[in-house]
Amino acid sequence: MAAQGATASRSGLRSALPLLLPAYLWLTVAIFLPLSAMVFFSFMTDLPLSGKPWALTLGNYAAFFSQSLYPTLLWASLRLGLEVTLWCIVIGYPAAYVLAKVLKGRSREAIFLLVILPFWSNGLVRIFSWAMVLREGGILDTALNAVLPFKISIDLMYSYPAVIIGLVHSYVPYMVLTCYLTLQAIDDSLIEAGRSLGASRLQMLKRVIIPLSMPGLVAGAALIFVPVVGSFMEPRILGGRTGTFYGTVIEDQFVAVFNWPLGAALSFILLAVVLVILASAAPVLRKAA
Amino acid sequence: MAGVQVSNLSRSFGAHKALDDVSIDFADGGFYALLGPSGSGKTTLLRQIAGFDFPDTGRIAIGGESVERVPVEKRRIGMVFQNYALFPNMSVADNVAFGLSVRGEVKAVIAAEVQRALDLVQLGKLGSRRPHQLSGGQRQRVALARAIVTKPRVLLLDEPLGALDKALRVDMQIELKRIQREIGITTIFVTHDQEEALTMSDRIGILREGRLVQEGPPEEIYDSPKSEFAATFLGDANILRGDTTGTGIRLPDGTAIAAGAGVSLAAGTKASCAVRPERIRIATGDGIADHNTNMLKGQVSKRIFAGNNSTYFVERDSQTIKVIVQNTGIERLAEGQEVVLSWSPESTVLIAVS
Ligand SMILES: Nc1ncnc2c1ncn2[C@@H]1O[C@H](COP(=O)(O)OP(=O)(O)OP(=O)(O)O)[C@@H](O)[C@H]1O
Ligand SMILES: [Mg+2]
Repeated sequence: MAAQGATASRSGLRSALPLLLPAYLWLTVAIFLPLSAMVFFSFMTDLPLSGKPWALTLGNYAAFFSQSLYPTLLWASLRLGLEVTLWCIVIGYPAAYVLAKVLKGRSREAIFLLVILPFWSNGLVRIFSWAMVLREGGILDTALNAVLPFKISIDLMYSYPAVIIGLVHSYVPYMVLTCYLTLQAIDDSLIEAGRSLGASRLQMLKRVIIPLSMPGLVAGAALIFVPVVGSFMEPRILGGRTGTFYGTVIEDQFVAVFNWPLGAALSFILLAVVLVILASAAPVLRKAA
Repeated sequence: MAGVQVSNLSRSFGAHKALDDVSIDFADGGFYALLGPSGSGKTTLLRQIAGFDFPDTGRIAIGGESVERVPVEKRRIGMVFQNYALFPNMSVADNVAFGLSVRGEVKAVIAAEVQRALDLVQLGKLGSRRPHQLSGGQRQRVALARAIVTKPRVLLLDEPLGALDKALRVDMQIELKRIQREIGITTIFVTHDQEEALTMSDRIGILREGRLVQEGPPEEIYDSPKSEFAATFLGDANILRGDTTGTGIRLPDGTAIAAGAGVSLAAGTKASCAVRPERIRIATGDGIADHNTNMLKGQVSKRIFAGNNSTYFVERDSQTIKVIVQNTGIERLAEGQEVVLSWSPESTVLIAVS
């Protein structure tokens, strides 16, 4: 019986191979090869393409530790990631709850579309529209001064809050989507059962709804935190001089300074740190969920 | 514990009247079954009593206290759902403890009460399991324990046994009845299953299209249904239609049928008589020539043998009459045979046709 099962699953694998092949080929060509090249670059003194002589070195990694600038910026980026993730939870979770549990039919579809819209708009367009809104004499400034009786000057452009606003706007749909999916799966009769047992809405949220939607919160947080820590576009455009983060420094190495080996090394350090954070958070989150 | 009074309750969804002027008095400590076809408003009525939904007009009182605008969590009711609705993120014990812990009971009291409730439903040893590790019947017991541990004033059950298979269903019916007697809680039980309603409840209410058709003890509804609907919905009934003679009817072919129970009607109007299949005697030849007996002649068109009884379908005057005969080993009629059906007027219920 067991042998028969094994052959069956082996032949199942063989017939699945043509289906898996394209995906694996793509992953190999598009991700694995460039990534291994980058790993290799990060251990070089200079790019072989430049024609200059090169040697293997650990210097690029050592640079991270010898200059306090890099750890400081990494720390700032991690904080940025944390802050943006928290704001996305604060904004996205209630929205997901309303979408999944309060709205029905057409109004749900309409609101859903509004949430997804940032996904479909070009990232740069999104950021530059925020720039128009946030700068002095911009849309927000003009609108507020038109309504308010006294004169105020809103100039959020080139500031930390501007970076946060831009990033939260770009990433909040991830949180809404992942939380929506887990909230949607919670049976309404669970909530009714809890209320019939005397639980208030807040108690239901704390003891049943949040624990049951934890997988969505965790997935959303991971989807947001990781790219935000390495982000460079929003910090650069909306943050101006205050927008120097770990991600912008890496970008500089690739597009301005042309020090690819250092850029690669800094990226892999970031990757390692993020993996360590996710790995250490996993057991805690698994217990909570 | 407390009784529940529902008076003139109406609830519409758009143009559709889900409940239409329903008044029922649920006695303190009684076991009341709400019966009715799908969409008749059973769940809607239960949800008004629970407080998940609010009536357009009418009054609901629990233990004499008016509750129409009291939210669910303040009504002190226990509810058991068809799909159990156990919290999947908690153990069995934590599920049962939930109602007590949200009320801020101290831990020691909670532990003792939870154990008592689990023992009551005979799941004392399974407190540490997760709901998904239980069978359907066990889950339903946990749901019941969770609902009664807070000592609610009323227990509301919406088709609690609907998801269980027949054998388990019967076990759970007995169990549920035992627990209900033991704690003496007012219970309102929604079911599709007429047999379940008959065997378990002290009183039955039959709903149809949002209206209460009839209510009373099971025997009363079964023995003297007030409408054709009640007669055929609860149990099986043969309906004979004709013109009323005051205490019975005259069939179109002139045969008089005498009725014992039911309404008395002005002669000449349309009316019908209901007769339960098991009350009819079936015989060959001229049968019993008793002047006090209703009699019809017919021909057996079909016989269904079911072990302890047989069902005969007898054709007469383009109507099929169903007769159930206990298997005493004597009555064995063949299909096509001419027979005489007879039954007493006391077994005949006169019903006004509205
Ligand atoms: N929230 C709602 N919105 C609109 N219509 C509803 C709503 N709830 C119930 N109804 C309608 O009210 C009527 C009664 O529904 P209800 O659920 O009370 O029936 P039921 O007797 O419990 O039926 P079943 O035996 O199928 O459970 C149905 O026609 C149903 O479509
Ligand atoms: Mg229902």
